[in-house]
Amino acid sequence: MAECHPVAFRWPVKAKLNGAKLIHIDPRFTRTSALADLHVPIRAGSDIAFLGGLINYVLHSPRWNTDPFFKEYVANYTNAATIINADFKDTEDQEGVFSGLVQFTEPPFWPYNGLLGRYDNASWQYQRGPKAAGPATKDLVARRAGPPFDDLVRSLRPGPADKDPTLQHPHCVLQLIKRHYSRYTPEMVERVCGSPKEKFVQVAEALLANSGRDRTSAFAYAVAWTQHTYGVQIISCCALLQLLLGNFGRPGGGIMALRGHAAIQGSTDVPTLYHSIHGYMNAPSALRPHETLRDYLAAETTPTGYWGNFPKFMVSYLKSMYGAAATPANDFGYDWHPKILGDHSHMAMLAAMAEGKVKGMVVVGQNPATSLNGTATRRALRQLEWLVVKDNWLTETATYWYLAPEVKSGQVRVADNKTEVFFFPSTQIAEYDGSFTNTQRMLQWHFKASDAPGDCRTDSWFYHNLAKRLKKAYAASTAPRDQGWQRLTWDFDPDPGEKPLYPGEISALKVLREINGYQTADPTQHLKGFAELKDDGSTTCASWIYCGCYPAHDQNLTARREPDPPGVPGAHLKWGWAWPANRRVMYNRASADPRGQPWSERKRWIWWDATFVNPPDPKTGVVPPRGKWVGYDVPDFGATKAPDAKPKPGSIGLDALSGTDAFIMKGDGRGWLFVPAGLVDGPLPTHYEPHESPVQNPLYRQQTSPVHKVWSKGKDWNPLASVGDPKFPYVISTYRLTEHYLAGAMSRWLPWLAELQPELFIEIGKGLAQEKGIKNLDWVVISSPRGHIRAKALVTDRIGVMNVAGKHIHHVGMPWHWGWMGLSTGDVVNDLTSWVGDPNVSIHEGKAFVCNVEKA
Amino acid sequence: MPEPMGFFTDTTVCIGCKACEVACKEWNQLPAANGGLGELSGDSYDNTRRLDGIHWRHVRFIEQFKGPYDGRWLMMSDVCKHCVQAGCLEVCPTGAIIRTQFDTVVIQSDVCNGCRACIAACPFGVIDINPVSATAQKCTLCYDRLQVGLEPACSKACPTDSIQFGTITELRARAHKRVDQLRAQGVQAQLYGAEPDGPLGGLNSFYLLVDKPEVYGLPAHPQLPTRTLGRSATLTTASAAVLGLLALVGLRKRRMEEVAADSSGAPPLPPSSHV
Repeated sequence: MAECHPVAFRWPVKAKLNGAKLIHIDPRFTRTSALADLHVPIRAGSDIAFLGGLINYVLHSPRWNTDPFFKEYVANYTNAATIINADFKDTEDQEGVFSGLVQFTEPPFWPYNGLLGRYDNASWQYQRGPKAAGPATKDLVARRAGPPFDDLVRSLRPGPADKDPTLQHPHCVLQLIKRHYSRYTPEMVERVCGSPKEKFVQVAEALLANSGRDRTSAFAYAVAWTQHTYGVQIISCCALLQLLLGNFGRPGGGIMALRGHAAIQGSTDVPTLYHSIHGYMNAPSALRPHETLRDYLAAETTPTGYWGNFPKFMVSYLKSMYGAAATPANDFGYDWHPKILGDHSHMAMLAAMAEGKVKGMVVVGQNPATSLNGTATRRALRQLEWLVVKDNWLTETATYWYLAPEVKSGQVRVADNKTEVFFFPSTQIAEYDGSFTNTQRMLQWHFKASDAPGDCRTDSWFYHNLAKRLKKAYAASTAPRDQGWQRLTWDFDPDPGEKPLYPGEISALKVLREINGYQTADPTQHLKGFAELKDDGSTTCASWIYCGCYPAHDQNLTARREPDPPGVPGAHLKWGWAWPANRRVMYNRASADPRGQPWSERKRWIWWDATFVNPPDPKTGVVPPRGKWVGYDVPDFGATKAPDAKPKPGSIGLDALSGTDAFIMKGDGRGWLFVPAGLVDGPLPTHYEPHESPVQNPLYRQQTSPVHKVWSKGKDWNPLASVGDPKFPYVISTYRLTEHYLAGAMSRWLPWLAELQPELFIEIGKGLAQEKGIKNLDWVVISSPRGHIRAKALVTDRIGVMNVAGKHIHHVGMPWHWGWMGLSTGDVVNDLTSWVGDPNVSIHEGKAFVCNVEKA
Repeated sequence: MPEPMGFFTDTTVCIGCKACEVACKEWNQLPAANGGLGELSGDSYDNTRRLDGIHWRHVRFIEQFKGPYDGRWLMMSDVCKHCVQAGCLEVCPTGAIIRTQFDTVVIQSDVCNGCRACIAACPFGVIDINPVSATAQKCTLCYDRLQVGLEPACSKACPTDSIQFGTITELRARAHKRVDQLRAQGVQAQLYGAEPDGPLGGLNSFYLLVDKPEVYGLPAHPQLPTRTLGRSATLTTASAAVLGLLALVGLRKRRMEEVAADSSGAPPLPPSSHV
């Protein structure tokens, strides 16, 4: 965290000065470890074994079994009591795989999904009673029922889930978890992770001592934790642990995903992702039953909990896309919306590109020529007809066609490159207006601070004018596929009289209004929050989760800069604006006990004030009963829903949840220890080895995740090492340094930053250096099945050897910022990494693979 | 007259991010060494290596390990100490070095003639020639910012408040409190330069350290060059006569050697600056 998020690390340091204990678990002793109370070395890729060990330790600890807090939290706020289908088989029963594993067959129209297998998750579901009588979903779809879509949503309600409040039923979630993690003992953790047992126990005891009524513990991870073939399961495992410890929805708890570099958070909220449209709604897909709007709504809506409002979010989004052309009669233009064919993520697209299946690419603020499996990536780029690069500098991606290592070495001739490369100089963020969304889900408006030099253009200028040109280009088309472009609304030019920042520039506030939403009949009437959204087209809102950030034309809440005064709990509700609804701690109903009272004075956050006098309903004049959720934050719950409220029978949305169902985005209102749906690779996190590993999986016969992704399998541009390959005996992690940023375009060209870390290096333990005769600053050659690179050795005790499954495993590490352009240059570390990834989100496995190191 | 101002650097919360180095260079418009084209030093994560005319802030990295993962990594952001008894100020022949109303020590570039006397006089090796101005330069404690009520660029940029700016009185109080807190936790914390009756009359930039000063590259007993002046003056007079005689002998000898071996080249001078 200190390495990659030094500014955010301010707060752990403040906490430490206030007496908090800081623990750092990492294969390297980093600048974060330097300030931690305890550093625990861990073999890269063995995180689930470590976390599973903590789960097992917690479940058998005296504290967890005797302090009533834990049982009360877990029984009321998680799905611990829920009974899973009798035909569910755990990894304990099947040597490392769950029930439902089937073969995956690539569809012929897009054979780039990379999946090694697929799970049918039917057996992972809750055991349920019979479904209530009512109209069938398929009939409602067939007769085009709605809007309103309430009946359609109601028809999706499943039967009631079976539960055992005593938590004793052998197929209740808690018992399944106990059994699943029973083999994750401290001894096993040491054997799998290489982490000393006594340090592991110290971590477990610290977490137990610092969780409960009076105390909370938080986990923070930088995105490296996701960069595994089971990356999502690592986060899920941490969530499971934190739920068991009662550390969600409470101040000082939770899991902090340290994202926000290059606005990662913003780019998933208002996404540049292929598989998601605004506000975490799944993109319409040709692979899913998404033929019509109602099919899509039926497939994607969770009928109970807050997602029961899904049709309102989707219709308001379609109104934003197609404006007046979107009507109930044409399903709000749903048929014009593009559908994805499968995995169009970074590596999937490159795998397709490598086979000549992609014509052109626009690269903005990204540097793929130094990205994963660099040689294969550059091979793929050479198959394009055209490539647009928009950046601050002539990056490696703008120059690979004549300066890449394979060109310089003569393996590839410049003349063989058939791609036409266009370069557009780009502005920096300080040169225009807009918003940043940080990792706390907080939007902060920024204003132009200086003029852009020369001919540099903003990204908004680029896309705005590209869209306008494309609309013009498609205007006369008679092809049905172009109707979407013709109907697309695109109204971001400044109003008459408003001076644009640059000629042809958009009005950034108009974009914010589109995202926030407005009454369709009167765009000057901004929406004040997502509770106002309708599924009949009367509201327009691009991204429901951002609804409320700009509630009136003169109230841009993201531009607020009013901190709380010292000495108060510090929710800082008037600093910027955080989605959803300016809540700072999500699921904060869990900060109070089931009766609505704070778990403790020290951890007070929101609570039920039973005496609160509610004003009469402005429409009906009816005075609601007394009682309201109050506190330091915006309650993440029905504001006047009493703790003892019962679900309304047969209802949808929040009405279907009770007054203790704190996790309102879940259909059952519970934090999921066991994940029956949503993840494609298992309901319970399980330790698998990285795709490339020096050891056999010490826990199961199943070596790797049975459903992870390998692209270009069998092609000679993505070769992979076998388990324990003697040619590549060392574990390697790639990472970032504080001094550089991403692929270097924002740092390697800057003299002040370049001098701080002027050259690429590899960090090698003293033991390995001695074994190989490598001295500090010696040039070494690092090789993987994909290629080899050179770097200078930094010999240190901050990284070293680990005992894993009876073998001494040397760990090495390399920062990946470098390339051949800029002031500070070096070999491309990603020339070593491969095209393998996580099956849920297609992230790569650059954090754990194998290599060899030799003195140059 | 404002109160004396300065820095308190708590090295126990330094994360070695070097934001101070960059903020200093940006505010003071100092160039990177060799335009940013450098070589890996191999000395942990320290690639700027020292304080000089273009590096007014410098973060030192000290790896103290007994074996793999077994040890600690100390970091310290170093800067001019703004000594209460400043050797540089005493020796400056042109009066370019002044004590400001904030009790800080500033070299006025337009008065400095680049004679280098201050470079030799500084017990901490803080000062050097900035090749752009060809004058001696060092941290000004952001004199220009202080005059308009802004805090120095480095402390403003420090994310963990390892570098703290304030009145010396308040900083000393804070520093003692922090030492007490650390000692209660069993950490061998000590202050360096915080005592007004200590060396050089106290340092207006002082430090909290957890090891001996030498470990951080700080002299254990910093001294003014003038402290030994009286003794050395007597010596100088006495030795002058002796030296004069020796010089005559030496000159004669050198002349003879030059004649004997014309080809023996003198070793090259070490570079005065790595810029």
